[in-house]
Amino acid sequence: MSDRIEKRIELKAPIARVWRALTDYREFGEWFRVKLEGPFVPGKVAVGQITWPGYEHVPWKATVQTMEPERLFSFTWHPYSIDPNIDYSTETPTLVEFRLEETATGTLLVLTESGFDKIPENRRFEAFQRNDGGWTQQMKNIEDYVAKAS
Amino acid sequence: MSQRRRSSIAARRQAHASVFAALGDETRLALLAKLSDGRRSSIAQLTEGTRITRQAITKHLRVLENAGIVNAVRHGRESLFELDPEPIAEVRQYLDQVSREWDQALSRLKSFVEPEV
Repeated sequence: MSDRIEKRIELKAPIARVWRALTDYREFGEWFRVKLEGPFVPGKVAVGQITWPGYEHVPWKATVQTMEPERLFSFTWHPYSIDPNIDYSTETPTLVEFRLEETATGTLLVLTESGFDKIPENRRFEAFQRNDGGWTQQMKNIEDYVAKAS
Repeated sequence: MSQRRRSSIAARRQAHASVFAALGDETRLALLAKLSDGRRSSIAQLTEGTRITRQAITKHLRVLENAGIVNAVRHGRESLFELDPEPIAEVRQYLDQVSREWDQALSRLKSFVEPEV
């Protein structure tokens, strides 16, 4: 276990096509199932309404961080914030990054979501990087224990 | 059912953050690794073989205790510390849930951008 999620997916589509699907607010809304009010702009908050059946009452909100054409699209948000009665803004947001890379057959998309804690990003990242072997082994020990105990 | 499980979603999410924060330190991870055999240990036992002072170990144990990952048990004049696996299991479940959401979203993206055959 670590405090980040990473997904890699091969898409049989040109990088320009994938970039558009990620960053055009209408296209993003199609597959992400959210109706956004306007385009993504770095530094600006994007607001919309979830279109997933049963969750239409739920507002969607993210702050766009980076838009490097056909390379990196990132935003911060509060994942899984589906309860309208909870004020998620008091919580520390996580960072979602979509990184694109051209491949022989199309595009490699690497998605990461990080920052599920409150430690300043740089310090935490350093702690993870420096001691990855140790971290992995230690988490393995703890997980083994957790598995045995539960 | 534990107290933690009954608490509100918001409180649970706050608890998750403190568990992640508590885990984001090498010294504390090393302490958890020592405790992961399931046995109770004293501060002296946990300090053994490290270059870290007793005071520093005590401070780290306090952070782990506040996050609910470690419990202190009174044993005569000293405190013994034991690992509570439940909060770690809970954050893992939470991450799994967020992870599944992404799997679904990315598979929708895939069908969205790939030309139909």
